[in-house]
Amino acid sequence: MTPDIDYLALAPEITLAVTAVVVLMLDLFLPRSQKYWTAVVAVLGVSFAALPLIALAVSDVGERSMLGGSFVVDDFALVLKGLFVVSGYLVLLMSVSYIESDRYYQGEYYFLMLMSILGSVVLASSRDLITLFIAIELVSQPMYLLAGWRKGDLRSNEASLKYYLLGVLASALMLYGMSFVYGLTGELTLAGIAEAGAGMADDPAFIMALLFMIAGFGFKVSAVPFHFWAPDTYEGAPTPVTAYLSVSSKAAGFVALLVVLYSAFPDAAGVWGPAVWILAALSMTLANLTALRQTNIVRLLAYSSVAQAGFMLVPFAAAATTDQIGLGEAFAATVTYIVIYAFMNLGAFAVVIAGARKTGTGDIEGWGGLGSYAPGIGLLAGAFFFSLAGIPPLAGWIAKLVMFSAAMGAGSGWMVALAAIAAVNAVIALFYYARVVKTIWMDPVPATAPDEQVRTSPVAGSLGLALGLSVVVVVAAGFFPSLVTFFSEATRALAGG
Amino acid sequence: MGWFDNGWGLSLIVFLPMVGALAVLFTPKANEAAIKALSLGFTVVTLGLATLMAFRFDFGASEVFQFGTSLTWIESINSGYHIGVDGISLPLLVLSAFVTVLAVIYSFNHWPEPHNPKGFMALTLVLATGMNGTFVALDLVLFFVFFELVLLPMYFMIGIWGDKAIMKIPGFNREVETRLYAAIKFFLFTLFGSAFMLLGFLALYFKSGEFVAERTFDIPLLIHLGSNGAFTGTFAFLVFGALFLGFAVKVPMWPFHTWLPDAHTAAPTVGSVLLAAILLKLGAYGFIRISLPILPDMAKDWAPAIAILAVIGIIYGSLACLAQTDMKRLIAFSSVGHMGFVMLGIASMTSVGINAAIIGMVAHGVITGLLFFVAGSMSHRYHTRDMGRLGGNMKVMPIMGGILGFTAMASLGLPGLAGFWGEFMALFGAYSPLAGLNTTLFRTAMVLGAIGTVLTAGYMLWMLQKVNLGEPSAEWEGQHFHDVDAYELTAWVPLVVAIVAIGVFPRLVLGATNDAVVSLVTKAFGG
Repeated sequence: MTPDIDYLALAPEITLAVTAVVVLMLDLFLPRSQKYWTAVVAVLGVSFAALPLIALAVSDVGERSMLGGSFVVDDFALVLKGLFVVSGYLVLLMSVSYIESDRYYQGEYYFLMLMSILGSVVLASSRDLITLFIAIELVSQPMYLLAGWRKGDLRSNEASLKYYLLGVLASALMLYGMSFVYGLTGELTLAGIAEAGAGMADDPAFIMALLFMIAGFGFKVSAVPFHFWAPDTYEGAPTPVTAYLSVSSKAAGFVALLVVLYSAFPDAAGVWGPAVWILAALSMTLANLTALRQTNIVRLLAYSSVAQAGFMLVPFAAAATTDQIGLGEAFAATVTYIVIYAFMNLGAFAVVIAGARKTGTGDIEGWGGLGSYAPGIGLLAGAFFFSLAGIPPLAGWIAKLVMFSAAMGAGSGWMVALAAIAAVNAVIALFYYARVVKTIWMDPVPATAPDEQVRTSPVAGSLGLALGLSVVVVVAAGFFPSLVTFFSEATRALAGG
Repeated sequence: MGWFDNGWGLSLIVFLPMVGALAVLFTPKANEAAIKALSLGFTVVTLGLATLMAFRFDFGASEVFQFGTSLTWIESINSGYHIGVDGISLPLLVLSAFVTVLAVIYSFNHWPEPHNPKGFMALTLVLATGMNGTFVALDLVLFFVFFELVLLPMYFMIGIWGDKAIMKIPGFNREVETRLYAAIKFFLFTLFGSAFMLLGFLALYFKSGEFVAERTFDIPLLIHLGSNGAFTGTFAFLVFGALFLGFAVKVPMWPFHTWLPDAHTAAPTVGSVLLAAILLKLGAYGFIRISLPILPDMAKDWAPAIAILAVIGIIYGSLACLAQTDMKRLIAFSSVGHMGFVMLGIASMTSVGINAAIIGMVAHGVITGLLFFVAGSMSHRYHTRDMGRLGGNMKVMPIMGGILGFTAMASLGLPGLAGFWGEFMALFGAYSPLAGLNTTLFRTAMVLGAIGTVLTAGYMLWMLQKVNLGEPSAEWEGQHFHDVDAYELTAWVPLVVAIVAIGVFPRLVLGATNDAVVSLVTKAFGG
């Protein structure tokens, strides 16, 4: 029998897949001077993928489930697909001028990028272990290649190799855990596992399987102690790829964690809660302390993104000790954090691309006085970096607030302690975020700065658009947090809250 | 005037400066006249609205929140845009709008290096929104946002336009410019406090769910719950501690004060003025608006500790003043002492003490604001703040010297001027604290506080002697110093008038606050 396919529900995936193939074909036939058309088509394709999402969101069908419950389009899936499409769109915008300047493999670049975006969009709907695994690999695999895209650069080679080896190890761990879960429960769909595994929370094999899976996802979200690849890979990869790794790829890891932990293992929250507690506390503290000593802006953002992952993990830890409503709140808190983080971190990387072009360096020292000759970039840097620090009125504060709220709402002493750890870490983080802004606005222009012409060269239009869109979201959501919480509240149903 | 009373008036007072900041931001940098006109226009209209509000305020019902509105803001956490003013916040709101206008006028003729009026005015205006907003917010989340909104502008103000002298970082073998050190220190200290304050707010929010159908951040509702004994035990003790951390850093109370001398000294004149006049009030206001009425039992438990820290602040601040050679730093330390009196008043938990705290805050706002203005203008002319090199200022610039003398007298608490009432009433409150508090401890605090007033007089007179009296040092010979200019006079005369007016008619402030304070104390402590 042929499975019942809901084509509207699959339309975003189909659009992305078709675009990817078209880009690859175009690349074959376009002369070298016309390669920029691949970028245009890629950007347009991702924009078009958003249209069916809107149609699905306003349709009153409700939840669309296919393939025996393996592929589900519900509110959670729609919100996260929307996020992946928008952040993919922003990354593509950031890529255009960056990739063009190197003049090779443009078509392949966009093809791989689109495939990864496709993977993340599928991931948001995956509700069984196999679909989930394939989707998450589809997100990662193209990134292994793209991290090494600057093939003449040793750092880029190292980035790619390190990411590949550790990524594969993580996948193996994850798959190993999944196979145990399948063996113990005999189920692949998350709902089935939740039902069959209800009484297994004490089974050592079950616990081990769960921890293996968490370790695997831990690599994807780059939580301490699974973060060692991140700084080197982030520094060596092309900056737009780094932006994608730190936002979409990380968000994909979180989506997998969210759907797996909340919908397949709700009864084992007593096991994964404490495990995540440790990951969260370690990630925040170690990454923040290490970030204090960074001199390269991308490495700084790498450690910052590890620390931010720690903040995003805090609500997971809360889920272990809370009631059903608290579970939903913790779930929504992580979603809110991811959405806001996506925009502020993409913005920060867009600033890095623009700033590196003007200052000719990735060393923070070299950015001195940027605010005096490029006040626009300086202002945006202030907005994104202070948003990452969680300072009102920029959107980061509401992310921090819901994270603290989930922790305090659990009501246990352990969670209050984690909230206190997070609070101290928020202060530590401010120091290094503020240091970047300080250099830009308060330090003199260094003697090594490039000449006037480079410094005042205009920002590429597409990059400017990415910066503009991100800053609008970061400022608007800071004043009207409901713009974001409206969406994250809609996802709560998945956690049953 | 229905629109004015239904929240629009108040919202305009809060957000007009922010709109002004946007307008300034979109004005070309070269067009300084337009930037000046815009910033002055927006702040003057804001002050006008605040004055209008003071006239329309129903003083017969000053314990009721007026001109307010309550709208949905963040639905998912049931946080609302709830604003309003009562007798406690009205004087502080007017003070804030008033000082902002003067700060803008003063800066027209005193752009600190590196110039850039556009950035400076935009930051001043954003700062105004944060300050005004904190005084009218009636929702804990909203309060938090406004409370934090002042951080960014002040950070940039100190960091960009601040003191460029090189200093050694205490404890490290490194040298930086003072402005950079002071700016980040101010930011980190305040954020540390407010991060824990936010945890305290959240704890209250979740606890409130046990008493009302929907968990709430609403301050009046939480006050209602708190006065009915909803928050007690270890829980309330820890929450009070968390809020204490947030507010005490901002006040600042000893031993959390160390950011203050650095920030005040390093900030450009206008920054120092706004810091001293308004920003320091946010912390003490938080105690009166949030900590005391919501957690009355814990306030009683913590009162002795607050009183002790307050008295240490008074004595320590005064003694530290005597050790200063930098005029601005001396005034900064004097703030530690004066805010000690404010906190001593609050610690007494009586209506006299809390009234003292509010009038003390308003008085400190106008007096220390003016002191920083004068100190800024003097260092603008002499290019030094070292009191050892100054001297004989009365002969060099008689008008400026006169104003400095007058303000110093007000600051040391001369009866008939504004500074007197806060100190006097705070000591009076400490003499007979709330029933149940340790009378011996508070009377000891009162005696020590009284000694503090003597020390205050001591260092203020000492400063006057060094700066104003005697003969000008030989190094200034032959140089011409311009006495006060028109901009300075325009900014300062209103403050001088306010100092005299509040000194002679304390009812200007107490008339608004008294009923509200009595009602607060009655509800919270039943007496």
